[in-house]
Amino acid sequence: MFALIDGNNFYCSCERIFQPRLQKVPLVVLSNNDGCAIARSEEAKALGIKMGQPWFQIKHLEQSAGLVSLSPNFPLYGDMSLRMMRLASELGDKQEIYSIDECFIGLQGISNVTHRASEIRAKILQWTGIPTCIGIGHTKTLAKLANHIAKDADRKPGSYPTRLAQVCNLAELNERQRQFLFEMTDVGEVWGIGRRISQQLKEAGIKTVKDFVELDPGTVRKRFSVVLERTWRELRGQSCIELEEVPTPKKEIAYTRTFGQPVHNLASLIEAVTEFTSRAAEKLRKQQSKTSTILVFIHTSKHRSRPQYARSITVPLVRPVSDTKNLINAALHGLKKIYKPGFDLTKAGIVLMDLTNAQTRQAELDFGETVLDSDERLMHAIDEINDRFGRGTIIYGSAGVGSEKKVWTMNQQRRTPSYTTTLGEIPTALT
Amino acid sequence: MNLPMLVLKYSQPVPVQVGEPVYIPLYSGVRAGFPSPADDFLLKRIDLSNELIKHPEATFLMRIKGHSMTMAGIDDGDIVVVDKAVKPEHGKIVIACVDGEFTCKRLYLLDGETRLQPANPDYKDIIFKDGQILEVWGVVTSCIKQF
Ligand SMILES: [Mg+2]
Repeated sequence: MFALIDGNNFYCSCERIFQPRLQKVPLVVLSNNDGCAIARSEEAKALGIKMGQPWFQIKHLEQSAGLVSLSPNFPLYGDMSLRMMRLASELGDKQEIYSIDECFIGLQGISNVTHRASEIRAKILQWTGIPTCIGIGHTKTLAKLANHIAKDADRKPGSYPTRLAQVCNLAELNERQRQFLFEMTDVGEVWGIGRRISQQLKEAGIKTVKDFVELDPGTVRKRFSVVLERTWRELRGQSCIELEEVPTPKKEIAYTRTFGQPVHNLASLIEAVTEFTSRAAEKLRKQQSKTSTILVFIHTSKHRSRPQYARSITVPLVRPVSDTKNLINAALHGLKKIYKPGFDLTKAGIVLMDLTNAQTRQAELDFGETVLDSDERLMHAIDEINDRFGRGTIIYGSAGVGSEKKVWTMNQQRRTPSYTTTLGEIPTALT
Repeated sequence: MNLPMLVLKYSQPVPVQVGEPVYIPLYSGVRAGFPSPADDFLLKRIDLSNELIKHPEATFLMRIKGHSMTMAGIDDGDIVVVDKAVKPEHGKIVIACVDGEFTCKRLYLLDGETRLQPANPDYKDIIFKDGQILEVWGVVTSCIKQF
């Protein structure tokens, strides 16, 4: 058995904990650069604001409906997520952290699950202030679906029976009750059924989860895919997707940012790309991988009525590497090839591709072993120092030093303070 | 009266000893003939966060602004440790949400009466009438003053 615990409107909920005045107010969190809604409070959803909707389309609601918008405060969300995840892990014996506000819990050998889930939910709310919903089922897909039901029953009265609000355990319902819920649920709500597949299913007359589970598995596999057949089996209670307690190493590591204001000169780009590459290289070493291709790109904003420019370049490396120095050299080499003056560049990024496990070394490298080792030790030392004393304690020369604000850092005009991670920014209590 | 003047030097850097941390074996007291096995255990130095924070996931820090709690030892500029896991009861110092702001006061809950009480005679109680909702955010468990 599995549970899925998911924070309600997580970013908005985090903000409200430290700003009681935002309670009951329509609230959105906008993405840093393009200003699209990435989180909406229930009140904002009720105003018809869609996920990903750009700010300029909803800005008028500031005046007419009291809409409040904030820039994302990731230090806060990250810390609140850690607190929530720690408490959530008490529900069962295993935990897979699926995203910043969602985790699966393995419930092997846990009795009285529904009651326990209600208590954990109440504890997370009391201890952290984050409201959550919990879905429970025999498979991960069913737990996800149960979570959807728990959420909708909570916020959309009439959508599902209210007793399933907040905590919904599909495993304790009988077959008839489950079928009833499946019939009420759009097939597109199922985990693993994306927009495209859901469209195809609907064209074939399969509209609800009930329609879908009534198909025969052979048809699902033949007409769609074995992946969809797996989803079908999961919905029928046959567990096919295991808990992943250790995150699998990423196959690509990307680091991209939109600049706070347009960048024109090569020097600023060099600073930016150097920092992006350093961060990506750190991640690369953390998952013990090496890369043999690095992609660099820069482009202007699509929304501006200025001359457009967009270029990317892939720089192949002679051998797989993970050290920052080599990667920066390669990235800057690529950057200089694609840079052209005279444009308002608003975005740049690098992608480390072609990742391999650091342990599998190519035979031809053997002669270079000592050099490699000392380089690796240097990188290890730098990572440790940056981990211990804060990111950026040791940086590469081209990343730019000094107190002047880098032109390419993120726009964070409406970011709330780091209430829980910086002593100078803790909330004030009046007496 | 002539008092010897104490001269403190601030400008000299103090050399830092770098080396392995030293662990001191726990001393269990003298009991002749019976060396305690605990003597061999490694000590962990007192950790203030451990002492001040009972529920790490539920604990937050807040900066105090104002003078209404001075008789309770909470002064302007102090940092209070707030634990959301502790049940707010009569007599506890709490952080409450009043008019959209955090307010630090003592909670009074007796004979069906709900008040937020200052700890300074110059300030008045905040009284909650029937139907009004008092939202307690957390309970203050300690106060940190830095000199
Ligand atoms: Mg969520």
